Amino acid sequence: MSTASGEKAVALSARSLVYSYGAAPAVKGVSLEVARGEILSITGASGSGKSTLLLCLAGVLAPDAGEVRLGDRIISAESESERSRLRRSQVGVVFQFGQLVPELTALENVALPLLLGGARRSAAETAARTWLERFEVGGLADARPPGMSGGQSQRVAIARAMVTEPEVVLADEPTGALDSLSGELVMNQLVRVVREAGTTVVLVTHDARVSAYGDREIHLRDGELDPHPADLLDAGVS
Amino acid sequence: MSNAHVMLGLLSRGQQHGYDLKRAHDEQFPAARPLAYGQVYATLQRLEKQGLVEPVTVERVDGPDRTVYALTDAGRTELADWLDSPEPPSPYVSNPLAVKVTLTILAAGEQEAHTYLRRQRAAHLDRMRDYTRTKTEPSSSLPQVLAADYALAHLDADLRWIDTALQRVGALTKEITS
Repeated sequence: MSTASGEKAVALSARSLVYSYGAAPAVKGVSLEVARGEILSITGASGSGKSTLLLCLAGVLAPDAGEVRLGDRIISAESESERSRLRRSQVGVVFQFGQLVPELTALENVALPLLLGGARRSAAETAARTWLERFEVGGLADARPPGMSGGQSQRVAIARAMVTEPEVVLADEPTGALDSLSGELVMNQLVRVVREAGTTVVLVTHDARVSAYGDREIHLRDGELDPHPADLLDAGVS
Repeated sequence: MSNAHVMLGLLSRGQQHGYDLKRAHDEQFPAARPLAYGQVYATLQRLEKQGLVEPVTVERVDGPDRTVYALTDAGRTELADWLDSPEPPSPYVSNPLAVKVTLTILAAGEQEAHTYLRRQRAAHLDRMRDYTRTKTEPSSSLPQVLAADYALAHLDADLRWIDTALQRVGALTKEITS
């Protein structure tokens, strides 16, 4: 079990999580805890199961065994429609690319989760504008994704993930499609905003420089958590 | 790179005394070891002897006399030549981590070398987190951010090597113990 640091309340946890694609197990009994306000990095080579783990944590995939807990709710036991509602309100998800609706403006994209949750258009657009400004892309409110740079559309996508002020943001290679300077600027901004908001973040990445933005890192190998080297010492395995 | 060239470069902004040069150096190059005053004055005297800088005036403000120096034409030429020539890329042939891996295999075995590399990986990551914090600190200056970037890039290079080495410990053990 990888435990959250300190005595802080646990925002998100997984217990003995298993997920297989057909006969091929991708996540093999992973347990972890993320403290409220913590940024946890999950690293691992391609195929190590880190993206599948994130999709289970996000409630996109229902695990074959084990449970995912968000606060007091066991989300892995909930129905698809309940999990989907949860993703629109309490969990923000950011992927590497391809997540904005190309026909909608940046403002409409960011307002979308609020509108789907039943908010009034004017309130949703006011909130969307605030979040675009927080990520310094307020000037792009009326632009559509095809006209934006990679860094700009990723900021808009992160603003959309944050607009419902979720307790947890799950990000899968959020800067994977960006050049290193744009990626760094996006990460700096993301970290600044989530620290201010006290949001809990799980960050999946293969890049150590992105992982270093986290407070703590866990490493996946073949669907299993690599024990921390300090634990190897404790257990006398060397 | 020598302190002499650094002094010439800092003087290109205009005449300054040693105290100002020290302060400018420490501000601009936060990752470098802070200069000692004695070092600055010794360097300025040497540069003066070489005709690369010249004393232009002496200032006295509530304290000792301070000689203000300026670049000479020869100093400007020397600086321009130095700035134009690329630094020799460091070969980084000496890798203490690799030495430790080999010696761990010889003294203790493959599994221990594996564990050593994983501990080293964790230590590198801790360091990277420190530098990343410096970088995201709103109070950090751009020179501090760039210094942290430089350190991060080098630590990241080590880390990539560690990841490759982790996959090759078995093969390396076979080769050096056969």
